[in-house]
Amino acid sequence: MIDSFLSYLGSTVPPANAGNQLWVLIYVLIIFAAVSLTVMWLINWVERKALAHFQVRLGPMRVGPHGLLQPFADALKLMLKEDIIPDQADKAVFWFAPVIGLLAAFTVYIVIPFGPSQAVSDMNIGILFMLGVSSLGVLGIVTAGWASNSHYPLMGALRSSAQMVSYEVAMGLAVVSAILMTSLNPSGTGTLSMIGIVEAQQQQGIWFLFKFFPLGLIAFVIFAIAMVAETNRAPFDLPEAESELTAGFHTEYSGLRWSLFMLAEYAAMMAVSSIAVTMWLGGWLRPFPNLMHGPTWDFIFSLFPGLSFVAFAAFAFIGTVRMPKHSYFKIQTVGLGIFGLVLAFIALILLVISIGGYVAQAHATTGPSPTGLLKALATFNEGIGYVYWFLLKVTIFMYLFIWYRATWPRYRFDQLMKIGWKVMLPVSLGALIATAIVGVIVK
Amino acid sequence: MVEKYKKQYGSGLEAQSYLGQNYFTVDRSLIPDFLKLLRDDEQFDYCVDITATHYPKREKQFDVFWILYSFARNERIRVKTQIADGESLPSSFPIWPTADWLEREVFDMFGIKFDGHPCLKRILLPDGWQGFPLRKDYGILQQDKEWVQINLGIESGQ
Amino acid sequence: MNELKDKSLPHEVSPSNLGSSNLDLDTPDKPYLDSNELIINMGPQHPATHGVLRVILKLDGEKVLGTECVIGYLHRGVEKIAENRTYTMFNPYVDRMDYVAAVSNGLGYCQAVEKLLNIEAPPRANYIRVILTELNRLASHQIWLGTHALDIGAMTPLFYTFRDREEILKIFEKYCGARLTTHAFRIGGCQYELYNGFEKDVKNFLSFFPPKMDEYEALLTGNRIWIDRTKNVGMLSAKDAIALGVTGPMLRASGVKWDIRKAIPYANYKDFDFEVPIGQNGDTYDRYLVRMQEMRQSCRIIEQAVNGIPEGPIMAKVPKVIKPPVGEIYHSIEAPKGELGYFIVSDGSTQPYRVRVRPPSFVNLQALDTMVKGQLVADVVAVIGTIDIVLGEVDR
Repeated sequence: MIDSFLSYLGSTVPPANAGNQLWVLIYVLIIFAAVSLTVMWLINWVERKALAHFQVRLGPMRVGPHGLLQPFADALKLMLKEDIIPDQADKAVFWFAPVIGLLAAFTVYIVIPFGPSQAVSDMNIGILFMLGVSSLGVLGIVTAGWASNSHYPLMGALRSSAQMVSYEVAMGLAVVSAILMTSLNPSGTGTLSMIGIVEAQQQQGIWFLFKFFPLGLIAFVIFAIAMVAETNRAPFDLPEAESELTAGFHTEYSGLRWSLFMLAEYAAMMAVSSIAVTMWLGGWLRPFPNLMHGPTWDFIFSLFPGLSFVAFAAFAFIGTVRMPKHSYFKIQTVGLGIFGLVLAFIALILLVISIGGYVAQAHATTGPSPTGLLKALATFNEGIGYVYWFLLKVTIFMYLFIWYRATWPRYRFDQLMKIGWKVMLPVSLGALIATAIVGVIVK
Repeated sequence: MVEKYKKQYGSGLEAQSYLGQNYFTVDRSLIPDFLKLLRDDEQFDYCVDITATHYPKREKQFDVFWILYSFARNERIRVKTQIADGESLPSSFPIWPTADWLEREVFDMFGIKFDGHPCLKRILLPDGWQGFPLRKDYGILQQDKEWVQINLGIESGQ
Repeated sequence: MNELKDKSLPHEVSPSNLGSSNLDLDTPDKPYLDSNELIINMGPQHPATHGVLRVILKLDGEKVLGTECVIGYLHRGVEKIAENRTYTMFNPYVDRMDYVAAVSNGLGYCQAVEKLLNIEAPPRANYIRVILTELNRLASHQIWLGTHALDIGAMTPLFYTFRDREEILKIFEKYCGARLTTHAFRIGGCQYELYNGFEKDVKNFLSFFPPKMDEYEALLTGNRIWIDRTKNVGMLSAKDAIALGVTGPMLRASGVKWDIRKAIPYANYKDFDFEVPIGQNGDTYDRYLVRMQEMRQSCRIIEQAVNGIPEGPIMAKVPKVIKPPVGEIYHSIEAPKGELGYFIVSDGSTQPYRVRVRPPSFVNLQALDTMVKGQLVADVVAVIGTIDIVLGEVDR
């Protein structure tokens, strides 16, 4: 087992491709831990705080300093709630529906490329796999509405599934036009693999967002709108809005089951954001690789993860200092201070790694290749850099989701369907055909 | 205008004015036609309100009012008629659709029926309510006492 | 309280007694999946708190075939109470009808009784009344905007409008002690003199508020989604509006330029220069625009008023015991929701013989059926929001 553990280190392919089961497991566990715990915590907290600040209020402030522990309190509360199952409901399906949704949302994380080898598996049909599995989420919704045995959830579920299915068409076409661009590689072949798509962008030296301007941009915008509709978020959240008549497919679900739906929704949000980032925004590539290249620029950009955490730690410390000086706030102040210290510690480690990477780089150019600690630091530096840039871009998208929810009213259902079929579909088809034509001409 | 109608209807109609507000007091027999006339000929196209008052000691117990307004003339008038208990009035719904809920409320509160109303049922009170609250013989505490006695089994504290 | 469920009310209330108006609900229960028509109940409890209003919808798929409003959940018998209170004692009850715009209610009632007594409020009192009533109009329209936007899905304007409404309520609180049910006016004038700094507060508010209005407009007026949700939704032609007796911003949005403040002026509105905004199509978007413009015009009125408050008494000479001579009077004002009218019958005693309140929301709500026929279910919520009803006023 130790051999299995060590043999993978320094590999340049994802563990599934390297055939290393142990590391597959480790990556899967890391992803689950990261996605379920950290990201859900962060996204939930950021959503509530950002929404609140948009609405001129403070958001959660009590549970943990500045509400940082609020998501845990909510999760705990939901777990302890009474599990109500309607009498006439189809019990097996009722139990299974959120599980389907969750499985569909989480399975796609297998192919999400956080870096050139930082993925669980690099299937050569990666994007197809993602789109296919995320479509299974619709099944979860329909079964949830069906199993509730009440016509309001059923109508909500049908509406929701109709919406998701119609926007998947536009999504798919937008994705195809990005894939067409991958075939403009020097090697001459396109690829469906997620890692391959980002590497194509790297080789062509341009993010697909800017390629064949404005065609890449149009495809990106179509996808950006379709992904909001796909995840039932505002402004396309009519099926789950409260002030409409049909209260949504998750009406009859209470407690933990309901939170599973919400978890699936956030996970789906992250998954489609990841697709958008991979296809058009260059995945793990750092900005301006052509304009600002060279060891110094690499070093500066590799400082970003450490500096971000320095900024977080600074916010935490400022928050600590600004806490009201009252005995009731002692625990919160201390907690926030400790949190700030943890963040600062992480920042320190990241900065050390990036400096070590730079030093290793400098050694590599002037002397024998570095070994041991420096080599490990260099690898970590690269890996962290990739993951950081990827996550940064995905975070921007998640923030956009929250921003949309705060700002815009929601579309009526028929207008929603009209946009999906009469506006998005023709535009994405047009962009696809135009991309194909331009691509052939350029070749 | 007043003279024209006085000539037309003779004793069935009287025009008065109080504190600058003009009103006609008409006989019940004139009712749907006179109102229609006001709407068509005199352009009183906006029915502001329909209401009633109960005078239990009179022979004709109810005073029913129509308050009308004309946009063209910027003038507001009232039409008042007196009916006895149990008499019904023709509905003004064909003349002004506003009368729909206004007449339902008059029926709800006073018990005055309007013939020709599309759906004359109670509007503010629950459907099975007995009694007409705004009549003067409907005590303000009677309701409370009865309900409390029947439902809570005690005397009301009012 | 559980024993109450077993006993019946003294007056046979049976829930199956729905009856029908134009809905034909007396058909035996059909399983909903079989028939083309579906009867859906938008129950008295709403997330989009307009009060306790029950709307029964008859749907064909998503299209609305007919509606029936069931009201009366908030009926408190205000008109009956009036017959047992003296004129002055009834004044506080009036606020509780349209509790969102309490000052206007008080203005209408006090002016009606003053008309009966044939007295005029002094000029200073009129200025105070106008300023407070227009501030109240702003507050009422802000609640309308916040809740209407929330119904359609925009969550943020609600918080913005309530934040700005706080400033108005602070002024009310400093003036008469209450934020919501203000009881600001008395028969014959105002009771309270303006507090020190009233003019400064109002002027501060006037400089604080128009940029906020620009904020609301920036969020909603040009917003593609807002326009899609509100244009051509809930159309009401001018002819229908007049026939149905609709008043207020709804009537003006349908194209009829009529405002009681201009047509039959009261309380020295003649002295102020303001415009009456009208719309063209009579759809929800026009009503939105008309109300936004009305808010700006109210600011104009307040500015003119606060710059010229005359000195003098704030209360006319009113007898200690108010006993109007026998007679009837109808007086109406332009409340934020429409024409609010008071029909008072006096029999010469200290208590009114009959007080009839002509509520604008009650009559406007009748138009719901006409406005919503043939539209989709999601529009019903938007249209209810645009009528701007307050159930306290509808039910009294």
